[in-house]
Amino acid sequence: MGAIQNKLEQPVSDELALVRAAKQGDDSAFEELVRRYDRNVFRIAQHITQNREDAEDVVQEAFLKAYSNLAKFQEQSKFYTWLVRIAVNEALMKLRRKKPERTVSLDEDIKTEDDSLPREIADWSPNPEQQYTQAELREILSKTIQGLPPGFRTVFVLRDVEGLSTEETAAALELSVPAVKSRLLRARLQLRERLGKFFRKRGNGNGDNREDGNRPSGDGNQ
Amino acid sequence: MKCSEFLNELTNYLDGVIDESTKVELENHLSWCHNCYVVCDTTKKTIEIYRDSQLYELPDDLRGRLRSAIMKKCQQHKRRGPESV
Repeated sequence: MGAIQNKLEQPVSDELALVRAAKQGDDSAFEELVRRYDRNVFRIAQHITQNREDAEDVVQEAFLKAYSNLAKFQEQSKFYTWLVRIAVNEALMKLRRKKPERTVSLDEDIKTEDDSLPREIADWSPNPEQQYTQAELREILSKTIQGLPPGFRTVFVLRDVEGLSTEETAAALELSVPAVKSRLLRARLQLRERLGKFFRKRGNGNGDNREDGNRPSGDGNQ
Repeated sequence: MKCSEFLNELTNYLDGVIDESTKVELENHLSWCHNCYVVCDTTKKTIEIYRDSQLYELPDDLRGRLRSAIMKKCQQHKRRGPESV
């Protein structure tokens, strides 16, 4: 067992050229940047807001903000990291407006320490995702990640779904590298624990007699 | 290495950012501790399943509409000047 393979990095060599052209007023260069990153921004936004219409708004607002603040982009980080930071902030603002009763903050997580300790150790089936149709699997994954606090799922999505480095994630979220690592570990372990319910080997007793089976069922605790 | 120490190193191990001596200790631990082996393996699968899931893909028609809307707003912003956002 070894390290997970990261997705191939997007070529960044011409990203800076596009950014500079856009800064000079070349809208087709900016449109190319939209084309390059709109899918990523949409995915991140939907993971955070858990709502498709909100995610659509976030995509539009994030790109418009990037466009109107392009002159302020210092070129010290990748454009994409800067864009992600804008998009995450927009998405969190949406979430705060929708759920004012809950504090939505990237700093909220300390109290959940014990949730991350593995409790269920049952092994999974060899290809657990193949037990479900694509639609069922998407529902399971979506419901499961919804149950994580926003600060955890945001770190998980940036690191493990979008493939940003720990440092890039830290920069995008204005968190320290150790904070990103700690949240990532806990997010991964909590997701693993929750997915175990759907993916564990059948007939493997392991002292766990829960019978909540393999149906996608509102697992989210929001 | 104890199970709790293994858990602390799990993320670095899965990300491949771990020094060689810790890695050897960790893999030694995994060779006899079945529980940690399962936690490590299923955590890795968790990451891979999410990464490959194509959750929240942007459909082409919506993508086109969003891009048009973005570029239209950008052009309005350009005409009105920097105070409009």
